[in-house]
Amino acid sequence: MIRLGVMAKINLKVNGSPHTVEVDPSTPLLYVLRNDLDLHGPKFGCGLGQCGACTVIINGTAVRSCVTPTSSVKSEITTLEGLAHNGQLHPLQQAWIDEQVPQCGFCQNGQIMTAKAMLDKNPHPTDAQIREGMNGTLCRCMSYNRIQSAIKKASSKTAGKVAA
Amino acid sequence: MRIPEHIEAALAVHRRGFLKSAGLLAVSFGAFGQAADAQTAPGPYPLVDPRKLDSWIVIHPDNTATFYVGKTDPGQGTGTSFRQLMSDELDIAFEKTTCIMGSTDITVDQIGSGGSTAMERDSWPMRRVAAEAGRVLLEMAATRFGVPLDQLTVNDAVVSVKGDGSKHVTYGELIGGKKFNISLTGDTAFNVTGKAKTKTVQELKASGHSVLRDDIPGKVDGTTKWAADVKLPGMVHARNVKPPYACAKLTGIDESSVKNVPGLIKVMSKGNYVAVVCEREEQAVQASRQLKTTWEKPATAPFPASDDLFRYMRAAKATSVSQATPGDVVGNTETAFAGAAKTIEAEYQVPFQGHTAFGPAHAIADPSNGQMTVYSNDMKSYGMRRCVATFLGMPQDTVRVVWMQGPQGFGRTAAEDAACEAAWIARELGRPVRVQWMRDEETAWDTKSPAFVVKLRGALDAQGQLVGYEYHARSCDHNHVGYNEPETVLVAQLMGRRPATPAAGTSATPSDMYGIPNRRMTGDVVALPAIWETPLRTGNLRDPNGPQSIFASESFIDELAAAANVDALEFRLKLVEARASDDSGYRRARSLAVLKAAANKFGWDRRPSPNRLGNGKVLTGRGIAYSFRGQTIAALVAEVEVNRETGHVWVKRLVCAHDCGFVVNPDNLRYTVECGALHGLSRALYEEVRFDTEKVTSRDWFSHPTLRHADVPEKIEIVLVNGDPNPNRPDLAPYGAGEGSLKPMLAAVGNAIFDATGVRIRRVPFRAERVLAALKAAKV
Repeated sequence: MIRLGVMAKINLKVNGSPHTVEVDPSTPLLYVLRNDLDLHGPKFGCGLGQCGACTVIINGTAVRSCVTPTSSVKSEITTLEGLAHNGQLHPLQQAWIDEQVPQCGFCQNGQIMTAKAMLDKNPHPTDAQIREGMNGTLCRCMSYNRIQSAIKKASSKTAGKVAA
Repeated sequence: MRIPEHIEAALAVHRRGFLKSAGLLAVSFGAFGQAADAQTAPGPYPLVDPRKLDSWIVIHPDNTATFYVGKTDPGQGTGTSFRQLMSDELDIAFEKTTCIMGSTDITVDQIGSGGSTAMERDSWPMRRVAAEAGRVLLEMAATRFGVPLDQLTVNDAVVSVKGDGSKHVTYGELIGGKKFNISLTGDTAFNVTGKAKTKTVQELKASGHSVLRDDIPGKVDGTTKWAADVKLPGMVHARNVKPPYACAKLTGIDESSVKNVPGLIKVMSKGNYVAVVCEREEQAVQASRQLKTTWEKPATAPFPASDDLFRYMRAAKATSVSQATPGDVVGNTETAFAGAAKTIEAEYQVPFQGHTAFGPAHAIADPSNGQMTVYSNDMKSYGMRRCVATFLGMPQDTVRVVWMQGPQGFGRTAAEDAACEAAWIARELGRPVRVQWMRDEETAWDTKSPAFVVKLRGALDAQGQLVGYEYHARSCDHNHVGYNEPETVLVAQLMGRRPATPAAGTSATPSDMYGIPNRRMTGDVVALPAIWETPLRTGNLRDPNGPQSIFASESFIDELAAAANVDALEFRLKLVEARASDDSGYRRARSLAVLKAAANKFGWDRRPSPNRLGNGKVLTGRGIAYSFRGQTIAALVAEVEVNRETGHVWVKRLVCAHDCGFVVNPDNLRYTVECGALHGLSRALYEEVRFDTEKVTSRDWFSHPTLRHADVPEKIEIVLVNGDPNPNRPDLAPYGAGEGSLKPMLAAVGNAIFDATGVRIRRVPFRAERVLAALKAAKV
């Protein structure tokens, strides 16, 4: 449970840029990203760390920002908005468009960020590893099948690059 | 009050891809009086007149067009399909168009979305007005060049004089930035029409092709602004404090319990509604959890515990009898049963299942200038406008709803709760307010799909023919919450408002094309002891009665086939063939085509069920089920693996054959059909609302579980069928697609489990523990 007290200045690095926010240190990172930094990629889905809508990447790990106290964050945060480089979408984002993945799309931040952290650690997951790695990231429109296809597509593209 | 720039941009998400300039909307509104006023003026916000062509279509000087439609797209790509059809009717390239949807003061009232009506009903007025705009533009060109109409040809928004390459003019040159000033005949957004005829199927260009959805890039790169993202100057954050029990009476609020919460603005309450308002969101969350409130429990239990629900429903007195539809009663079942060689009977049960939207309810209300602007993902924004206005006692024209993207539709956001709460708090405070429900509130208190108990009886003659069939459904659906009703929205209930009469609810009979000589199908509705201020309030969820009624009827048809020792597909085909005549939508012929297409794709081998049991840990089987929703036919074949040791069920392979007439966008359609079927799979395997005698106890993703990545079939095949007796007819119409594939899924899985194990499980969800218990009881 949140126990708010004295506001403090907290320095964060997000998507390459430094920010200073003045909030209670226990404030869930999700609210700081969305309300103070206007980064709306991460979404509120459960506030319990169960669904994945709020996922960001810290130290290469997919982190549920809704249950992460802002003061605990010591490394750079990457959000959905930070995946593209020089106007070029991340291969996963492009695969998401190519495969026409979203239905409503509200969960897709979590799907893409979780997939990115997974592929960064294991660039060529098997079907079983994709199912296992993504199993905690929920979708209520049931877009799972195309999510899995898009991850495979992005991972095979990465494979091509490595081979080249 | 001007809509903030980032929200304005979000309203025009469809310009992505070709109109990168954020100025488009401003330009179009700037050049176009009415819309410009609506965007910038402080109100009032009257509805848009559907009888004026200018309300639907704006042609810009750069020869592009913007369509304004009164629909919302909760994620099935309907917005893209509207553009495809309207572009074709207007003779303009799809890429040169944009579509604005569902904001009450700038788009005509087409209700919003629901009931799979997007293509089937509401695309038609869009097509008619687009065709009319094309006709008017052609006449303008004829005047300009001084030639008769038949000397003109139009291609991609350029009108040319036949045989004279030097004479051509663009739509933008003809009218760009100016009004059509054309009146349409008809008086609503449903029946308006111009003089132009709509095109035949063969004349359409973009329609029928898998154009990429225009809303996807922004949802993938993080630039889409959702209703949840709206941030207004001076906006504050509210959270509710829900009653701890159903029908609880608020007896006290200890405001001192939150006096140390930083940023606290106000504790608000009226009747049994309680909210806290803070400057920051996390502060509101803390205040809502820290606020000490006292409540009095109701004198009698508001409902039985979920374990006792079906016993309660069987014993309850019906509150209403559902009206029979044609075909529900045929012949004389009593005589048929008296002369039968074999009769079987069964009872099927479906518990309450939640919407459990992926994102809990949320809305933002702005009370500036004595008006009320609501930013919401409500799928029926026009109904929400009326609801908020009536709830607050404000004139309708002082309220507008700006529809924006949100988590799902499926019915929950047509009975949306947060907007009235936000609007009430905003008016009381005089500040913009964002209301956000938490996960436990949403899962416990959202509207529920009604529980069903269905009793069935079937009579077979000596040849194994089905000669008698009785179906009686009982739904727990009294006081069904309607669309955006100011009297039944939860905050109104908690504040003590009540409609004159609770809604009767429904208990539907199954929709199939079986020709059974003696058939009797009835339904009635029962009520829980408490019907107000309870989390067990029913509402429409994606084909409100369909999955329940078809789970019972299509499972029971399977039982009859097995009792007759006949293959389940063959049994169904014979029943459809036995139907004496077809209907105007050729649902009999199309049912046969769809059933056969599903079976062929699957490679169905005709044999009676159950399959011979193997010896291994995993048993496999296949099941078929079929139904229609409106004019749309769907048949599913599921292949399951049932783990004998754990009871775990996995649908390994899924085939869905689907006929919804003319297909506007094949890829979007396939995907919508697939996702609908998987939604049905989630309801078949996992979803159930659990409760004790005073509160709902399933309150998160563990206690009201959903389908996950690991549950997805290894192979999913969607077959789009055109089973029309004249498949190339020029007037082939598009039918709905949002619900048809969900409906038969529960039965397809149950039938497959029976085929694999010989055990018939007549209650969903087929969670592992229920399946294992059934297998053990049957010594499988």
